[in-house]
Amino acid sequence: MSLLCADSPNLMATLADGGVELLWHPSLSERSGEDVVTLLEDCIAGRQALDVLCVEGAVLRGPNGSGRFHMLAGTGRPMIEWVGALAARAQHVVAVGTCAAFGGVTAASFNPTDACGLQYDGDAAGGLLGADFRSGSGLPVINIAGCPTHPDWVVETLLALAMGEVAPDSLDALGRPRFYADHLVHHGCARNEFYEFKASAEKPSDLGCMMEHMGCKGTQAHADCNLRPWNGQGSCTNGGYACISCTEPGFEEPGHPFALTPKVGGIPIGLPTDMPKAWFVALAALSKSATPGRVRTNATADHLVVTPAIRKTVRK
Amino acid sequence: MSRQVLGPFNRVEGDLEVTLETLDGRVSAAWVNSPLYRGFEQILQGKAPMDALTLVPRICGICSVSQSAAAAAALANLAGVTPPPNGERAGNLMLAAENLADHFTHFYLFFMPDFARDAYAAMPGFDAVRARFKAVAGSAAAEALPARARFLQVMGTLAGKWPHTLSLQPGGSARAILPAERVRLLSLLREFRGWLERHLYGDALEAVAALDSADALWAWFEAEGPARGDLARFLDLSQQLSLDTLGRCPERYLSFGNYPLGRARQLAPGVWDAAVGTVHPIDSRDIVEDLSHAWLAGSAERHHPLAGETHPDADKADAYTWCKAPRWRDKVVQCGALARQVVDAHPLARDLVAQGGGNVMSRVVGRLLEVARVLPMMETWVRELVPGEPFCVETVLPDTGVGIGLVEAARGALGHWLVVRNGRLQNYQIIAPTTWNFSPRDAAGTPGALEQALVGTPAGAAAGMPLAVQHVVRSFDPCMVCTVH
Repeated sequence: MSLLCADSPNLMATLADGGVELLWHPSLSERSGEDVVTLLEDCIAGRQALDVLCVEGAVLRGPNGSGRFHMLAGTGRPMIEWVGALAARAQHVVAVGTCAAFGGVTAASFNPTDACGLQYDGDAAGGLLGADFRSGSGLPVINIAGCPTHPDWVVETLLALAMGEVAPDSLDALGRPRFYADHLVHHGCARNEFYEFKASAEKPSDLGCMMEHMGCKGTQAHADCNLRPWNGQGSCTNGGYACISCTEPGFEEPGHPFALTPKVGGIPIGLPTDMPKAWFVALAALSKSATPGRVRTNATADHLVVTPAIRKTVRK
Repeated sequence: MSRQVLGPFNRVEGDLEVTLETLDGRVSAAWVNSPLYRGFEQILQGKAPMDALTLVPRICGICSVSQSAAAAAALANLAGVTPPPNGERAGNLMLAAENLADHFTHFYLFFMPDFARDAYAAMPGFDAVRARFKAVAGSAAAEALPARARFLQVMGTLAGKWPHTLSLQPGGSARAILPAERVRLLSLLREFRGWLERHLYGDALEAVAALDSADALWAWFEAEGPARGDLARFLDLSQQLSLDTLGRCPERYLSFGNYPLGRARQLAPGVWDAAVGTVHPIDSRDIVEDLSHAWLAGSAERHHPLAGETHPDADKADAYTWCKAPRWRDKVVQCGALARQVVDAHPLARDLVAQGGGNVMSRVVGRLLEVARVLPMMETWVRELVPGEPFCVETVLPDTGVGIGLVEAARGALGHWLVVRNGRLQNYQIIAPTTWNFSPRDAAGTPGALEQALVGTPAGAAAGMPLAVQHVVRSFDPCMVCTVH
């Protein structure tokens, strides 16, 4: 459903122009019932070429390895069998969303359905298809992780596949396309000035940085959410809530309430990626003491209470 | 008598299987199976209560905000907080944006493409229908998708993104709207209004909302014919195929009411019982969930949701689905946009139901009527936002207590019931709209709403999935992933 929010002029035309022929999509295609089953069987038998298999949703192995928590309607066969058989024939296999990639929210708590991802079970390689699985192209499963995925992550991955431009080094160590996963959510966050001065939000709707108290993991989470807006001009941090690192395996069980930052001795335990702890502590203390009054005041308000001073930046 | 198992159903959200028994070319009995189990009610047990705001929207990619709204309402009920006026309006705007986008998606992408199938090639006007509504390739899909994406930009501003926002809080919205953003929201709504008035209705939204009887609807249609717009094209098909005779089910319509402002909901709550012609008030004590035909074990066969249990048992005898069977005062009810409009006493909805009950045509008209009524409400709520005034109040949850959140998702009545003990969720039970509409038989053997609606449907002689059956199923706009949360 997120995919349908693609801001390109016309999703269907974008895919068609890129040489992507949609064989079947459960929300868009005409075919139902036997027509679908026939198509899937043709793919498995090799009568129909299958360039890209996209799977959305976690793979449910339970109860007791039977897969009966998710049967493909009308077939009497569990989805794990269908996915396994189709993946064996596909040139590329794409996991769309964190559930299909790593198990995701479906695998939270005691994982009642024994859910996993296509090639990962949380952060452990394996999953349904196994760590050694390679699709026809020689690539592992491409994990477009995100909960939800940005529509453009899906569209651009499919277009790149159609152009033959996805190589092993296009993916990061977790199989995520690097074009979005090599960024941090922090990059381009509109709250950066508050971050610089450790001027923190204390409650929902506050404008300040959400790292110190509100559970925000934007300085650690891999995604370009603040460089590539969502639905026009949005992002989680723009929407007034914390980044929960939804592209990361295991994000569903953070070990703390999602909207509360865990701390030791008053210091958040999740430091910005690649930042030495001692430096972070020293810089945080320094920047807190240097916080301009404007930034401090606005951090705990829901709109600008103090506006920036107007200064001349031009030399006379 | 013959029996067939149908599935998978395309263009419904999630997994659906239907078993039909047919006699003399018509369906004589139906069993509706939700063949996927999700486990969210089990996952939520033991969590910090506020974590529900992160977890429940992820039940579904299409009803995401509705799940958030129900959780926020249940937590607000637990804490005894009420959002400030701005927070109520921002919350209503988010929920309305999703509901309208879902109605729009249903009409253009899920429902209408069935009339562009080759099986209807002999029907007068088919070429135009095919050109407009063909799945993937039709002009409607090409135009409707960008219009939908553009409309959902209101969610980028109001809620960070769609789906899966965390802006919705028990105390209001975490995203205060600035003056310039208010202008932008209004212009996005005007843009969507323009699209709808040009393509869907061929008339002003207010003119469609003012249609006050079935006669008025048909006179409106006759005035310009099918070329007026996509609603008129549907009415033309409806007339040719007698869609008002298909898919009738029990004449009780449930709506929890929607869009609170102060003490009132802008769409009224209640249960309309057509047989007696009255609206019963909503009392959640009237609701139970029956487990008798679901693959779920329990200490009793039925529970009120506050005492509800969710223990999967794939080998249970006589069970045929993962869906529980909710009942209102032991009776089967239907829910959705038509039910909302009927309960709210809209004269067109009431008259359509008086003449032909809830059927394929009236359910589709109910949805499009709702779009025409709610978009102007959204424009009003945006105008009423007061930047600078609070959007959110702080929420302090008690360590122990219960909370009930009742809202209307696009597909109908959505309820969350939560029990908190020692600061943790001890129980979290959800009844989703399609749980009502696609419920299995209960302990008394009474079939659910769709199971009843399918009886009598022409099953045709041709092999494969009968088209009339598909129209009936899709007329409910089912969301199966929510059903089996």
